[in-house]
Amino acid sequence: MMTRINERLMPARNATRRRLAKPFGLPFGLTIGLALAAAAVAGFGLSADHAQAQQTSEIKLGIVSFLAGPAAGPFGIPARDGSQLVIDGINGGTIPSPYDSKGILGAKIVPVFIDEAGGSAKQVAEFRNLVQRQNVDVVIGYISSGDCLAIAPVAEELKALTIFGDCGTPRIFEQGSYKYVFRTRSHAAMDNISAALYLKEMMPNIGRYGGINQNYAWGQDSWRDFSAAMSVLHPSAEVTTKQFPKIFAGQYSSEISALLLSRSDVVHSSLWGADLESFIFQATARGLNRRTQLVFTSAEPNMFRLGDKMPDGVLIGARGPYGVYAHDTPLNRWFRAEYIRRHDTPPVYASYVLGQAFLALKISVEKAAAANEGNWPTTEQIIAAMEYLEFEAFGSRVNLALGKGHQAITETAVGRYKYDEAAGGATIVDIKYYPAECVNPPEGAETVEWIRGGMKGARCD
Amino acid sequence: MNRSYQIALRYAAALAVLAAAGFLLPQWAVFLLNLALSKGLVVLGLLVLWRTGLISFGQALYFCIGGYVVGMAGLYLDLHDAFVLLAFGTALSLAVAVLVGFLVARYRQIFFAMLSLAFSMILYGVLVKTEALGSTDGFNVGRPTFLGYAPEGEALAIVSYLFTLAASAAGAFTVWLYLRSTLGHLTTAIRDNEVRVEYLGVSVRGAIHAKVVLAGALAGAGGVLSALAVGHVDPEMAYWTTSGEFVFVTILAGTGNVVAPFLGSALFELLRTYAFQYTPYTWQMVLGGTLLLLILFLPDGIWSLLSRRKAAPSTRREA
Amino acid sequence: MLTAIAIGVDGLVYASWLFLVAVGLTLIFGVMKILNVAHGSLYAFGAYGAATMVGIYTQAGLAPLGAFAMLLVAALIVGVVLGVVMERGLLRFMYQRDEVIIVLVTYAAFLVLEDLIKLIWGVDPYYASEPYGLLGISEISDLVFSNYDLSLIVMAVVVGGLLWVAVNRTRWGKLLQAVIHDREMSEAFGINVSRVYTVTFVVGAVLGALGGALTAPMISVTPGIGVEVIVLAFAVVVIGGMGSVPGAAIGSLIVGISRAAAVHLLPEVELFVIYAVMSGVLVLRPQGLFGQTFAKRI
Repeated sequence: MMTRINERLMPARNATRRRLAKPFGLPFGLTIGLALAAAAVAGFGLSADHAQAQQTSEIKLGIVSFLAGPAAGPFGIPARDGSQLVIDGINGGTIPSPYDSKGILGAKIVPVFIDEAGGSAKQVAEFRNLVQRQNVDVVIGYISSGDCLAIAPVAEELKALTIFGDCGTPRIFEQGSYKYVFRTRSHAAMDNISAALYLKEMMPNIGRYGGINQNYAWGQDSWRDFSAAMSVLHPSAEVTTKQFPKIFAGQYSSEISALLLSRSDVVHSSLWGADLESFIFQATARGLNRRTQLVFTSAEPNMFRLGDKMPDGVLIGARGPYGVYAHDTPLNRWFRAEYIRRHDTPPVYASYVLGQAFLALKISVEKAAAANEGNWPTTEQIIAAMEYLEFEAFGSRVNLALGKGHQAITETAVGRYKYDEAAGGATIVDIKYYPAECVNPPEGAETVEWIRGGMKGARCD
Repeated sequence: MNRSYQIALRYAAALAVLAAAGFLLPQWAVFLLNLALSKGLVVLGLLVLWRTGLISFGQALYFCIGGYVVGMAGLYLDLHDAFVLLAFGTALSLAVAVLVGFLVARYRQIFFAMLSLAFSMILYGVLVKTEALGSTDGFNVGRPTFLGYAPEGEALAIVSYLFTLAASAAGAFTVWLYLRSTLGHLTTAIRDNEVRVEYLGVSVRGAIHAKVVLAGALAGAGGVLSALAVGHVDPEMAYWTTSGEFVFVTILAGTGNVVAPFLGSALFELLRTYAFQYTPYTWQMVLGGTLLLLILFLPDGIWSLLSRRKAAPSTRREA
Repeated sequence: MLTAIAIGVDGLVYASWLFLVAVGLTLIFGVMKILNVAHGSLYAFGAYGAATMVGIYTQAGLAPLGAFAMLLVAALIVGVVLGVVMERGLLRFMYQRDEVIIVLVTYAAFLVLEDLIKLIWGVDPYYASEPYGLLGISEISDLVFSNYDLSLIVMAVVVGGLLWVAVNRTRWGKLLQAVIHDREMSEAFGINVSRVYTVTFVVGAVLGALGGALTAPMISVTPGIGVEVIVLAFAVVVIGGMGSVPGAAIGSLIVGISRAAAVHLLPEVELFVIYAVMSGVLVLRPQGLFGQTFAKRI
């Protein structure tokens, strides 16, 4: 297909220069602009030919995560590292069974990494470039919910198979229906539901609770889900204060005063990355953790970095069965050992979630090929194989149960932090696991309504 | 007469080539051009201001209003016609510009820039707080129709591009007419010496107000077109970095000609997308370095490269 | 009652922090008429430099209180090096250009410096929280304040006072005022304006870096912190009047107290407070609270 465009283009480029530029005295600028565009196209044509020739032995994947900005450290770079590790594992056939065959149906993965920075309009443009210019076969990634929402309809329009890695909003498959788009991790509602469930057992008599969340969609959604779950599970508890500092504010002295004065039994927070660390430094220095049970729904990536600076006893979420909450399976042992060997630090949840998208792709392609007499399947056949897929990933089982088989649910876990010098520093105790069907809404339900309605049909045993 | 006929023919030819490009170029390039032209309209508005020595760090205000008009009209009024949306979005941002103009037209230099910035940041804050519109995640905009015609896939990309091209041409023509009018001729005069212009019996404040309105309407139209192309709107459209990018392109392009903003915008999009591809870890540095080099060596923007070959005074008049 | 105390103290702490972050920006604008977008990068470099130096210092196991000295040393090194490089190497060639073009030059410098930070320090956050806990806490009933936060108030007063003395009571300050008032005339009288510019820019840069260095112990230093600070500092400076140091102080106080009141009484509006104050002030008093109007040339 690329060569077709290329053939169409080359004469056009010559025409602009020779025929049009002279007789009409075309403004020089436009000629330059078009020549530039044509040169760009020509350059891309070459690489497209290259990809074409090796199509059966290589599969080109676009991988998008934050390489710059505040989300790079906690999520973007671990996601990239996790991806690279899994790609190498797939290409080398070193991942334990059932993923121990080399490549994806023998094809070697060639990754193209792109920065997710710059907002959704830029990401839509870059997505088109990945698919149409760089000619990638599948796009995997995206951490920001805004980007995922914006990309989904474009992926559909371009008929480009796209697997979202890390973004959290439930809106993608609840407000839309997509054929070419998958998400191989649970959406974010279970992070907050599981926290409320854990609190129910640990502190059945919560009287007052408050929250501090960033003033943007993620923080607002997290608080909404948490307070909705609390009003179901702890109907008598009242809300004290809900703080919404600006994202990346870093300075929380006033907010901490307000939380201290609120005399809350529990303070919920979905802060992440450097904001979370800044809050912890400032809050622990002022003793907030000694008065209040702190609940951090996305603190797992920070605990190894913080060590004894993370106060004992806070509840820690990992947004799923990842990192410290990953089950001890051969897959996980391989992943952890390999990640620690390469990066000298344990993998965090962002590394896991992007990694499991590659596994889903590998299984689906190979399953579709088996039904296709061993030939490389079409995108539609891969999609058919991926819908309602259930597979074993590095952390736990993943089940694409929602969004007509496109949206995953997984179990999740919550535990309490304990800094234990003897056990190697950061540890989690009193871990409780919650089955996928307990903390995720059933197919067809709208998440917020479902929580507010009392989470009917949740199977928690 | 003969000469202006020749010039008109040239621009018509350029337009035809650009229209043809919609059919010939690969889709990613059509999309990129579409986006570049949409943003070029915003830059065109900045050109009008910049010729008077004013720069606004808050054009994102109108850009965002245009975008959200598309989104909200689709969401609440079930309006999807591109023509209606463009008229609606332009009109609303024009109205806002009239109001804002009363406040900012008194200011010059950095104060003008900062006050504009303040208004765009207030809109940003309001949108971030509006959870019904998805807060920072924004929301998706439905597919546009064109007077009842509802293309899909590749056809949509081409039609949407042609629509943007037509709107851009109309915008450029409007500004060209404006710059040739008496009010337009005052642009540089005001920059050079306001007091003398007042002595001529012209209200400088009124003239600047008119520029703010024109620039605002153009930025609103750019926002509409950009939202139609991207298919998603979010509060980032109003953030100051968005405004900063428009100013960046204005300097990159130069103010020599009404076509310059579109050329500059296209070059900027190309530069950025290739910086993204080849230097994913240092693309900001590439952009910053390019801007520095341009300011140092091409003080009048890219357009000065092109107009230098002709007799300078006559090309200035052309604009 | 406690809430009122909290609003007062929190407001003062936040105002002091804002003042420390914004004062360098307003100084540079006041003298050189340059709106330095790269001020955010200076802040970020100051924070990274401080985190690095405190880290090294702490590992060396020296007297803990010396860590505070490290903050100041880091600000000084970062500010002087970056300030000299930027002024001598870049801005010097731009003075005859339009003000807005110079803003863009600093914007370009900001873009370059952002990636430079990433190349030097990587993307993982750094922290140097040792000095933060060192000063202990103060308690008023249920309210607990960190003494480090309170020490920011002292720092802001010291920096503001020193600057006031330097501008109003020293020879250098007199020269500075002459240059602010009329650059060409000062040159004619034999003032080395070029040197005044360099010194001013370097002092402004050191102040920017100091803002970052003093913030470093409270936060986790991460790429992108500069972007957040620029807009805040701009707002404070615009409210107080561009180029006025007392204005920056008053602007910081207004923003600080209003923000603290919002956090305690009506957290929903926290995000708007600063822009609401800014537009309010600009609409009523366009040149800012302490700003001067400029005479128009005929």
